[in-house]
Amino acid sequence: MTIVFYTAGAVAIIATIMMLTRLDAVHALLHLIVSLLAVAVIFFVLGAPFVAALEVIIYAGAIMVLFVFVVMLLNLGAHAARAERALLTPSIWVGPAVLAAILLAEFIWLLASGNVPPSGAATIGPAEVGMALFGRYLIGVELASMLLLAGLVAAYHLGWRKIPQVEATHVSHP
Amino acid sequence: MFPIREGFLLSGVLFTLGVIGVLVRRNLLFVLMSIEVMLNAAGLAFVAAGARWGQPDGQVVFLFILAMAAAEVSVGLALVLELYHQYKSLDTDAISRMRG
Repeated sequence: MTIVFYTAGAVAIIATIMMLTRLDAVHALLHLIVSLLAVAVIFFVLGAPFVAALEVIIYAGAIMVLFVFVVMLLNLGAHAARAERALLTPSIWVGPAVLAAILLAEFIWLLASGNVPPSGAATIGPAEVGMALFGRYLIGVELASMLLLAGLVAAYHLGWRKIPQVEATHVSHP
Repeated sequence: MFPIREGFLLSGVLFTLGVIGVLVRRNLLFVLMSIEVMLNAAGLAFVAAGARWGQPDGQVVFLFILAMAAAEVSVGLALVLELYHQYKSLDTDAISRMRG
C-alpha cells in the first residue's frame, strides 16, 4: 500500500513542478489536472474515498473546466487555429499522458489486488462524513452556501459586458 | 504501516511549490493555478490528520475548502477576464499601473 502512496506522491510533485515551469497555460492546465488526480489517489489510500471522488469530480472536473473556458476566451484571435494545431503535437501531451498512465496502472492494480478499500487506515465512508457535515457542522454548510451565492453574484456582475450602454450611445450619436 | 507523516510531508512540499508559483510567475492565470495547488495541499493536510485520528472532521473541512476554492476561482477568473479586457495583458506588473 505504501508503494501506491509514494508513487502517487511522486506523480503529484512532478506534475506540479511541470505545471510551474510551463509557458503555455493549456500545458500547465494538463499537468495541474494530473496533479489533482494524483492527490485523489492519495486520498483513496488514506481511507477517504468520498473526498477522493469529490476531488476528481469538482476539482479536476468543474474547477478545471472554468480554467479551460477562460483560457479559450483569452485565446480568441488570428493565431488560435495555429495554436490548436500546435497543441496536437505529441511533445505536448505525452508528459501528462505518461503521468496519468501511472495513476491508471495504480488504480487497476488496486482493483485487481482486491483490497479495496485499502488497508492500513480505517476507511471513513460517505455516511460518516455526511452525518458530521449535517450534524455538528450544519452552520458551516449554511455559511458555505452563502459564500457560493456571493461568488455567483460577483462573477455574474464582473462578467457583465455593459452592452446596453454601448447601444444607447450608438443611438444617441448616429 | 500508515503513511501519515509522509502525507504531511507531501502536503508541505505541494504548498511550498504553490507559494513559489505565486512568487515567481507573472501570469495571472498561473498565479490562480498556484493558489489552487496551495488550497489542495491544505486540504490534503486536513484529510491526513482526519485519517490519523479516524474522525470524519478532516474530510468535512476539505469539503469547506472545496466550496471556498470554487467561489474563489469563479470570482478570480471573472476578474482576470475583466483585467484582460482593460489592459490586453495578463502580466501582474502591467496591472500595477492601476489607480484606485
